Amino acid sequence: MTPRVTVAVATRVLQQVRRDHRTLAMLLVVPGLLLCLLGWVYADLPAQRFDALAPGLLAVIPFIVMFLVSSVTTLRERSSGTLERLLALPMGRGDFLLGYALAFGLLAIGQALVAVGACLTLGLEVAGPTGWLVVVAIADALLGVALGLGVSAFAATEFQAVQFMPALVIPQLLVCGLLVPRASLPTGLEEVAALLPLSYAVSAMQAVVASPTAAGVGSDLAVVVGFAVALLALGGLTLRRRTP
Amino acid sequence: MAGSAIVVADLAVRRGGVPVLTGLDLEVRAGEVTGLLGPSGCGKTTLLRAIVGTQLVAGGSVAVLGHPAGSARLRHRVGYVTQAPSVYADLTVRENLRFFARVLGLRRARAAVRTEEVIAEVALEGQAGRLVRTLSGGQRSRVSLAAALLADPDVLILDEPTVGLDPVVRRDIWAAFAARAAAGATVLVSSHVMDEAHRCDRLLLMRAGAIVVDDTPDGVCARTGAPDVEAAFLALVEGS
Repeated sequence: MTPRVTVAVATRVLQQVRRDHRTLAMLLVVPGLLLCLLGWVYADLPAQRFDALAPGLLAVIPFIVMFLVSSVTTLRERSSGTLERLLALPMGRGDFLLGYALAFGLLAIGQALVAVGACLTLGLEVAGPTGWLVVVAIADALLGVALGLGVSAFAATEFQAVQFMPALVIPQLLVCGLLVPRASLPTGLEEVAALLPLSYAVSAMQAVVASPTAAGVGSDLAVVVGFAVALLALGGLTLRRRTP
Repeated sequence: MAGSAIVVADLAVRRGGVPVLTGLDLEVRAGEVTGLLGPSGCGKTTLLRAIVGTQLVAGGSVAVLGHPAGSARLRHRVGYVTQAPSVYADLTVRENLRFFARVLGLRRARAAVRTEEVIAEVALEGQAGRLVRTLSGGQRSRVSLAAALLADPDVLILDEPTVGLDPVVRRDIWAAFAARAAAGATVLVSSHVMDEAHRCDRLLLMRAGAIVVDDTPDGVCARTGAPDVEAAFLALVEGS
């Protein structure tokens, strides 16, 4: 791996996104707008209803958005032959993966600032340090990037890639503590939820909102980042220089 | 006289359980333009990918410049142009080439200079600032070719590089190949357009996963008594 090449990959990905105004706008603004919609839905109900859901969605939305964007982008690299060209050049597989993670991570900062800003404007009561919301949102986005990079290896077409969303993401969404607190899940399901990364993403966000010291955020965040790193490493194994 | 830059011995490749290449032997000399001709589907692309080192092989060996194909030390020295242009459609010509130059390890200033040099070599000066998506098919394949020239490679592997090019550009590109070979590079070009054969120093005729003839263009014609390579190829393929 070479820093110069990693940065070249990240710069190139950002150049591509910058050219695609619609994608750029959606990446940055859509999560914030969805949270505004959530605020509107709960506008006539007691504030704690919104406060109970918003942190979870603040964790889930960047994850989903980045999962979709990164799985389709990587699939395009595979199908257009550019990945094969890059792997025939002196580029490490780590350069490719970290370049993508770096580029999408930078976009995630902007996205998180807009989304957190939306939540605060809507009156979300945050007991812990507000900055941590942004940090956790970025980690969740990176988790989405890592999962997206990994699954693109198993998708032959963009149709298949998009369908990994309902297959891999929605089950996590159902059990992650967003709808029902994880402690209230039936035996068996609670243990399954404890194995899935999105549970920790939601838990970290809820901890920042609930606790003045953000107790437990560190360990949840460590699990999310650990999953992201492990998924990126698995993704690396799917980047083969030689293919059938 | 330059020696063999590419040595393929007893190469076997299977794809989807079907043998594509079986026991293929081949040598390609440095300092020459070698044409790999054959009907579509005969295994040309598979052979080229094996030489570049991107093809999983079932057996045999491929050595390029004395190293096993695909080894790390060859990645600066082998340029490969795939049949479908493998460049980013949503970047400009210049952005694409600067990116690939950086991946090759060139420093920013050097990458910028080298980018302009290869743009001139493939005659795309007028399109340098345009998005690849907006270019014609022939222009896109020239961007892909330019990317392979960035490293000034010792070995250039080109899979049907002249498809969709107009005659003037085609002539200029072949002149560029000849100039590189004259400077000592190894140039291996596949084509199913037989009228390009006379531009090669040496011809490999391929059929059904095997090299059936390895000779000069004149030699190929003399061997069959045919007036041109196309007729010679048909005689060889259909006569045996």
